[in-house]
Amino acid sequence: MPLRTSLYDTHVRARARVVEFAGWEMPVQYAGILAEHEAVRTRAGLFDVSHMGEVVFRGPKALEALGRVFTNDLSKTRDGQAQYGCLCRESGGIVDDVVVYRRAADDLLVCVNAANRAKDFAWLAGHAGGADVKDESDAWDQLALQGPLAAQVLQRLAKVNLSALGTYRFAPGEVAGVSCLVARTGYTGEDGFELFCQAGRGPALWAALMESGKPEGIAPAGLGARDSLRLEMAYRLYGSDMDDTTTPLEAGLAWVVKLDKGDFVGRDALLEQKEAGVPRKLVGFVLTDPGIPRHGYPVLQDGRKVGEVTSGTRSPSLGTSIGLAYVPTALAAEGSTFAVDIRGRAAAARVVKTPFYTRKQG
Amino acid sequence: MDFPEDLRYTREHEWARKKGDRVVVGITDFAQHQLGDVVYVELPGVGDPVKKGESFGVVESTKAVSELFAPVSGKVVEVNAPLGDAPETLNEDAYGKGWMIAIEPSDPKEVDALMDAKAYRAFVQEQE
Repeated sequence: MPLRTSLYDTHVRARARVVEFAGWEMPVQYAGILAEHEAVRTRAGLFDVSHMGEVVFRGPKALEALGRVFTNDLSKTRDGQAQYGCLCRESGGIVDDVVVYRRAADDLLVCVNAANRAKDFAWLAGHAGGADVKDESDAWDQLALQGPLAAQVLQRLAKVNLSALGTYRFAPGEVAGVSCLVARTGYTGEDGFELFCQAGRGPALWAALMESGKPEGIAPAGLGARDSLRLEMAYRLYGSDMDDTTTPLEAGLAWVVKLDKGDFVGRDALLEQKEAGVPRKLVGFVLTDPGIPRHGYPVLQDGRKVGEVTSGTRSPSLGTSIGLAYVPTALAAEGSTFAVDIRGRAAAARVVKTPFYTRKQG
Repeated sequence: MDFPEDLRYTREHEWARKKGDRVVVGITDFAQHQLGDVVYVELPGVGDPVKKGESFGVVESTKAVSELFAPVSGKVVEVNAPLGDAPETLNEDAYGKGWMIAIEPSDPKEVDALMDAKAYRAFVQEQE
């Protein structure tokens, strides 16, 4: 039996098309993926992301303990700051990619992927290191308000000064009378916010934001637009672009791996891989022949399979076909060319710099 | 949902329209609605053979790839080339400007064996 977020009825009333995703019945689209994508790029879009999990580390050992299972360097953060990074196995394989919200040194909230909730909690609880580790996923609803006009829409309702809230910062505060953690984070490449509130309060928050955002042309947005938006930014998606068998170095996430911060789970393997050189890399590419690359399509060189597409779509913003693929390191440099096997046809592709899309500066 | 009376239909949600000695083919209103925004169409070339029930091309939405199946056997005699640059036409006008190919059927009676509008409407209602 699939799970439903507090907002399920809200989505059905908004005539969403609901699909099963990571064990949840979630809206994949309302008016249409292209229209929702455009709303987020040019105005504001509202997503229900309550399916995401929340694991909390508390106690005097919390910061240190979480730092031992997290690849990024939490000692560089202050209270009220969020940080992106990976949880790795001893092998260096990625358990999950997560965002840590540091409420205090003894109170950190880890936002995890919905599909990995049970796995992550087991992993983190198994590496508690003296911290009090709890799965609080059922206690939270989560909405993402994203787009260049998101701040304008939210400020009208929020008792938080948003102009003082920088990227990857967060603060507690009321939004339309609902107690929230207001975080300037997101997965779209636009300015925007993620609002964590008590489970069950999501629908009231949703209704208030939709009403407040009418002058700005706010639109409800589903998982379809969330995927095309994140892919234009080359943001990795766990389960598609990385998993327990890929390392952050291979996945292009070396920037969140701080090998010099002290010991953490997976460090030895990652250090060894860094010194030996990674055998394959996740690269962004554009298709220069017609077609759309999709997850699982083979990457060919001289007719031989040398890699695999992990994500692909037609970019709604750019009008080109874009994708991410694992390729041998020798093929990973910008400008390198290879072919993608599209249902038996070899379509030419070229490695490009990412993100594919650059935010319009307002 | 629109089910024009003058068309024949397949279980894979293509429509077929008899036009002189040709059969014009496209996807139904139900199909375009299920697909969502169509962003890419791949069609055969003029002169290519097609076989009833076999794939003659693909249509892709932002999320997914769907194969197109020929309602009748024969030879492709015309292709709606503008669809390549304007795949959204399939969402806007599935039964008109969104037509895909015209087939010269090897057996002109084959098209009559397909579902009529009433049967197809019932088939779609079963699916929902």
